[in-house]
Amino acid sequence: MITQPTPSAPPPPPSAPHVAGPHLPRLLTAVGQHDERAMTLASHRRTYPVPEMARRQPIESFIAAVERSGLRGRGGAGFPTGRKLRSVSEGQSRPVVVVNGSEGEPASGKDVLLLTRAPHLVIDGALLAAAAVGAKEVMICIERDKQAAIRSINGAIGERIGAREVMIPVRVRVIPPRYVAGEESALVHFINGGEARPTLTPPRPYQKGVDGRPTLIDNVETLCHLAQVLRWGPAWFRGQGTDDEPGTMLLTISGCLKRRGVCEVPIGMSMRTIVQAAEPTHEIGALLVGGFYGTWISADDMGWISMDNVSLRPIGSGLGCGAVIASPRSVCGLIETARVVTWLAGETAGQCGPCVHGLAALARGMTDLATTRAPAEIVTQLQRWAGQIEGRGACSFPDGAVRLVRSALRVFAADIAHHVHHGPCAAAVNRSMLKIPATVPDREKVWR
Amino acid sequence: MIALTQSLALWYFTRGSGALSLVLLTVAFALGTPTLLSWGSERFPRLVIQLLHRNLSLLVVVFLFLHVASTVVDGFAPIGWLDAIVPFGSGYRPVWLGFGAVAVDLLLAVIVTSLLRVRIGYQRWRWVHMLTYAMWPIALVHGLGTGSDTRAPWMWWVDGLCSLVVLAAVIVRLHERPMISQRARNLALGALFVVPLSVAAWTMVGPMKPGWQKKKPSQGMVGSVVVLSSASPR
Amino acid sequence: MAVSFRLRLDPIACDGRGVCADLLPERIDLDDWGYPIIDPTPMSGVTAQHARRAVAACPVLALKLELVQSSGSIRGSHAGRTSSSHSLR
Repeated sequence: MITQPTPSAPPPPPSAPHVAGPHLPRLLTAVGQHDERAMTLASHRRTYPVPEMARRQPIESFIAAVERSGLRGRGGAGFPTGRKLRSVSEGQSRPVVVVNGSEGEPASGKDVLLLTRAPHLVIDGALLAAAAVGAKEVMICIERDKQAAIRSINGAIGERIGAREVMIPVRVRVIPPRYVAGEESALVHFINGGEARPTLTPPRPYQKGVDGRPTLIDNVETLCHLAQVLRWGPAWFRGQGTDDEPGTMLLTISGCLKRRGVCEVPIGMSMRTIVQAAEPTHEIGALLVGGFYGTWISADDMGWISMDNVSLRPIGSGLGCGAVIASPRSVCGLIETARVVTWLAGETAGQCGPCVHGLAALARGMTDLATTRAPAEIVTQLQRWAGQIEGRGACSFPDGAVRLVRSALRVFAADIAHHVHHGPCAAAVNRSMLKIPATVPDREKVWR
Repeated sequence: MIALTQSLALWYFTRGSGALSLVLLTVAFALGTPTLLSWGSERFPRLVIQLLHRNLSLLVVVFLFLHVASTVVDGFAPIGWLDAIVPFGSGYRPVWLGFGAVAVDLLLAVIVTSLLRVRIGYQRWRWVHMLTYAMWPIALVHGLGTGSDTRAPWMWWVDGLCSLVVLAAVIVRLHERPMISQRARNLALGALFVVPLSVAAWTMVGPMKPGWQKKKPSQGMVGSVVVLSSASPR
Repeated sequence: MAVSFRLRLDPIACDGRGVCADLLPERIDLDDWGYPIIDPTPMSGVTAQHARRAVAACPVLALKLELVQSSGSIRGSHAGRTSSSHSLR
């Protein structure tokens, strides 16, 4: 029997926007509302009893259930989770489950929130995924700098062992704090003893990954949703969101908004509704959707765009990991883009020529465009470089920078015309708002 | 008289082909530096130097074969075909001749792996190719140790210039892409200091001293030969 | 049914030396930084022979030749990423 979730869900955390709608926060229910600490095993079980499905129905039906639910990855790619489970389960040797908690995107905080405050939900998801594909080992990858999350997960694992819950080995793997370390093949390479840099694919991790085995790599949030799908069923999951992209997602919203933080929304919600609920402090000029790996959306388009990939992909955008940054009209989008691309250029793995040289060229070009009276040809030059870089790295890291630059050239076209004719605007010189981490010099970077 | 001329001709040929092999090897070595190998211009497509490097190396094999053949056929010294690849077993100057055999072995390994490069993969090919750094000085020492011309001015020029070219090529290589690790580079610089100095020092106290070439072979000679420079007749 | 081949580049091994572009201008161009842009159109016959030479001439062996099945699918595992992946996957 499939049980319904308790109807009286607690209210969302005070800082996150309270978005109206006939929905209940699903994942954020697992996050302690009045308490910064992690939920204990006991309180977790009160909210989430051991899934009925795990007890009553055969493991073979798990994958079918996830497929029917239409759950897609929440790490950014949006790949159908059920299909991934099926591919991994059909591998030639015993699979391994890797939970991707790297969250290298500086503007995103949802995975760290789940790991820190709802570790048992994460572990539930990982164990159920392992059961579904037949894995006997789970690894949870967390960045070295995120000590609270590491402690929390280790504590949760300890609690389960203490409560004599029988489970397969669940281990935390601490990874270097580099953006590309969270890429699938980089994670596998690191776990296999190498550096946390992407490797050449094919073969992909789902075919040949950790120890040469089929490896299921899923984002923290995806696995949390998976646990809920197996608890309350695919039909319940499809009760929110769109047909193509059912369910809810976690957004990390920041920028010129009064209510900043992690909130949970049904996929497909109108962008304007979300922004209004977050109470902007200034007039918004543009939104950076997807974080530093994302793309710009003009405030004028907010009204007709909904937060789902079916709407966003045709305009060259995408939900990504759900980080949304609101940039005020008083800030120059060109200088912000230049700063982001400069940071991205400093985070390459340094392996592929088009990425290393290309991103450096994009960064210089955007900086020139933003800060000097650059000639009009610079836009053509940037477009040319974007076309040369796209798809030519071993991983898709450079493609993110390409999309960002293209979206900036489109959304801030009026600003570009101004910069070219009159030189940099006052905003480009005075103000910037994005909190961008300092670029780490190459010799200080650690890849192990 | 005929036997004398024939034998002498062969002997000159051995020395000449040996010296030429060293020169060709030096040029091939210098052309093997990564930047040069990918150098190209409007007039010369990028493959030219790569092909030169390859063809010169194969030419070295040809001249080495002639160098060995003329030595064996000459019969002045008890050297057989096998001594060209199995080191330190010959009757004549086993140590210094052995160095030559070692150099031949290394060269053969490099050539074979290079011909099969696409099949064996880049990493394996590269490791074997590094043996050229050992091969060159070994070949030089063989020449200095067995050669009859070490003290001759022309040989000095050949040895000296070739050594300078190789030294320069190695120093340039240490600063080119693909960069090698700092530790490897330090080791290489150390070797770059030690090896030339020790070879030069040994040359001064050994082959450069008169009488080095006077050492007689331990086995009998085939045919009667008069060596014009220094050896006393049997 | 003619057997055809496709060029595949390992962008991590590639060092931008450019020897391949000289040998196979029909399929290989260089970008603004000296790195090869490979045209994935299948080849056969003489072009494939030139391609084989380019593969052998690469100083770091970053180029490979793959067999293309007559149906157009690539033998072996999946041959590339979808171009619009919005995560670092």
